[in-house]
Amino acid sequence: MKKVDILMAGVGGQGTILASNILSEVGLELGYDVKKAEVHGMAQRGGTVESHVRWGEKVYSPVIEQGEVDILLGFEMLESGRWSAYLKKDAVIIINRYRIPPPAVNLGKARYPSEEEIESTLKSGSQNILWINATEIAKELGNPAMVGVVLLGVLSKHLGGAEDVWLGVIKRMVPPKFQELNTKAFLAGRQI
Amino acid sequence: MKKLMTGNEALAYGAYLSGVRVGAAYPGTPSTEIMENFARYPGVFAEWAPNEKVAMDVGIGAAYAGSRAMVSMKHVGLNVAADSLFYAVYTGLKGGLVIACADDPGMHSSQNEQDNRNYAKFAKLPMLEPADSEECKQFMGIALEMSEAFDTPVIVRTVTRISHSSSPVEILEDGPPPPPEDLPLYERNPLKCVMVPANARQRHPVIEEKIKKLADYAETIAINRIEPGDDSLGIVASGSVYQYAREVFPNATFLKLGMVYPLPQKLIKEFASRVKTVVVIEELDPFFEEHIRLMGIEVKGKDIFPMIGEFSPSLIHQCALEAGLIDAPAVEAEAAATAPAVELPIRPPILCPGCGHRGMFHVLRETGVLVLGDIGCYTLGFAPPLSAMHTCGCMGASIGVAHGVAKAGVKDRIVAVIGDSTFFHSGIHPLIDVLYNESNITVIIADNSVTAMTGHQQHPGTGITLQKKTTHAVDLEKLVRSIGYNLVDVVDPYNLEKFEEVLENHLNSGKPSVIISKRPCVLYTKEKRTPPQVNADECTNCGTCLDLGCSPLMQEENNVSIDPMLCNGCGLCVQVCPVEAIVHEVN
Repeated sequence: MKKVDILMAGVGGQGTILASNILSEVGLELGYDVKKAEVHGMAQRGGTVESHVRWGEKVYSPVIEQGEVDILLGFEMLESGRWSAYLKKDAVIIINRYRIPPPAVNLGKARYPSEEEIESTLKSGSQNILWINATEIAKELGNPAMVGVVLLGVLSKHLGGAEDVWLGVIKRMVPPKFQELNTKAFLAGRQI
Repeated sequence: MKKLMTGNEALAYGAYLSGVRVGAAYPGTPSTEIMENFARYPGVFAEWAPNEKVAMDVGIGAAYAGSRAMVSMKHVGLNVAADSLFYAVYTGLKGGLVIACADDPGMHSSQNEQDNRNYAKFAKLPMLEPADSEECKQFMGIALEMSEAFDTPVIVRTVTRISHSSSPVEILEDGPPPPPEDLPLYERNPLKCVMVPANARQRHPVIEEKIKKLADYAETIAINRIEPGDDSLGIVASGSVYQYAREVFPNATFLKLGMVYPLPQKLIKEFASRVKTVVVIEELDPFFEEHIRLMGIEVKGKDIFPMIGEFSPSLIHQCALEAGLIDAPAVEAEAAATAPAVELPIRPPILCPGCGHRGMFHVLRETGVLVLGDIGCYTLGFAPPLSAMHTCGCMGASIGVAHGVAKAGVKDRIVAVIGDSTFFHSGIHPLIDVLYNESNITVIIADNSVTAMTGHQQHPGTGITLQKKTTHAVDLEKLVRSIGYNLVDVVDPYNLEKFEEVLENHLNSGKPSVIISKRPCVLYTKEKRTPPQVNADECTNCGTCLDLGCSPLMQEENNVSIDPMLCNGCGLCVQVCPVEAIVHEVN
């Protein structure tokens, strides 16, 4: 059973926590030992959110070591850019093409880096970058809050696991009235 | 069946399974979810106490009465509850009492980085430290049995990475033992439980004897164990650090300590005799290291690993490489060494759009007063561009500090700012002091009607309990007036002009006074008003509105814009705009 280390990076309120919960449950369902670590507390107030999800035969640390990340799932461009030192050489980087400017940028005191700059930063870790317009896709489906599930759809192609295992966990973990929308969002991501 | 649980969920589950029937806590990251989860189990009583000391006394009372009880808090909460913890060690208890206490190495959401293992030695009671969620569940049961067998409270210590990490937990088919059918008669034992000096002197030798017996017990308990491996390197570790070290040293021999106080001397000696080098890896203080060194055993520890900050597999790896404990770098040196090619602006937490505290801090900044602050969301008012808080030390410190500054004498006009939940926690006593010992300061209670920072917990002013029962709500204004304050105003911080007028009136009154700045947390009420619009032709891009530090306001090339998705429509920017370029749409 191959070990897989996934790091999610985003901004408080983007749905990273739900996505990491779903990902952890899928791992457990597929027979892996699973650990997940995230720091919350002040994230609701628009701070950085990082979530480590680890699948393996036996997982000790809930936190991923630098240079060990297999897949980086970025919910927001700037937040994705911070993790190059954590990437394996052949890591897959999936980034949502979406900006949430931090306070210093709003105040005109700092500049939001360009797409090229973020890409070049990440390329010091891995060359394998996949840009996804996940927020756009979620908006088209009628709810920008679905961005996490769209990204999970993309991720599922790289992780394997039967489609119905993924969908079963998603249905279990979202409120009944959002099940259909979440299914659509997941499949939209999976088709990319 | 296995279920993924955070450490905090598993602590609550373990407490429930072990028959804990009374729980009390005050919220505090990273411990809050322990009591939140416990409160959801059937047949238990769980409460948010006004502060950790009250919670501790409630737990002690329940355990005196013969019930198993749990008290939970963050590391600094134990400072507040320490007085009660110390007497409970002397008196002992009838039912088991476990204190679930979460440290925060790295200070993700705390004012200090204290290592609460020191409390076990200081207060003379046993402490356990789980290393994953399954152990969180199991250790609660072990702690409660130990508590009853040795007639002592027991601390179960976690850190942020255990409390907030998830791992599989075996779900048991059997539930908790049934509650007693009849109410017991309270067992009165004043010689044991009334800690006057004569009685306490009888108790102290009992405590010293007990710690020796617990140390013997620590030799036999299965949660302290040697995990054999290559005997050239022996690692002593507990909790999350054990997990990190397991990854960095997959082949070493380990002494895994589940009971971190008192320590098993014989087991440690046996371990040391089996391995060539003993290395202690522990976050924060050299707690194990000093103990082992005092035993006369040669040991490495803080000469390799830092005393400051949170550990991680990467950090342990790096330190071990530098100390020559390992050879082959697992990380590609070039990848790890590459610094980001561009500067990435940081994303600090800020007050939310629509937050009532923002209007209050805007006025305080404009007034130029000295602001002695406190702990809560409003602590964020210290940061630019609001920059309107000048001290913040611990829960409830603001008012006493303001009083002290006033007594020392400064030219500044003095204001204390304290949140509603923090005021109930520890603001009432210093407010009495201000009146009793007469200093002419103004206290602002920043009342957002919930404990917001830790995720919207109830408190004595909300009229709702942790278990969602409607209850008496303490009226802040009446409470303050009943102490004897007669200059008291309740004002909405959305109304800047009115707020400033009230503040000036209080500051110029020459007497102690209280302002209740009342605006419920919009994240809790989910209230959202129509966002205002910027008239780009009128906007001079002067930046006045940006000084509110409100995230929907964005400086563009020629004017400011408002992101309607983020904006909560509070209207502060409409009020501060000097050229009236921001307007509420009139329908």
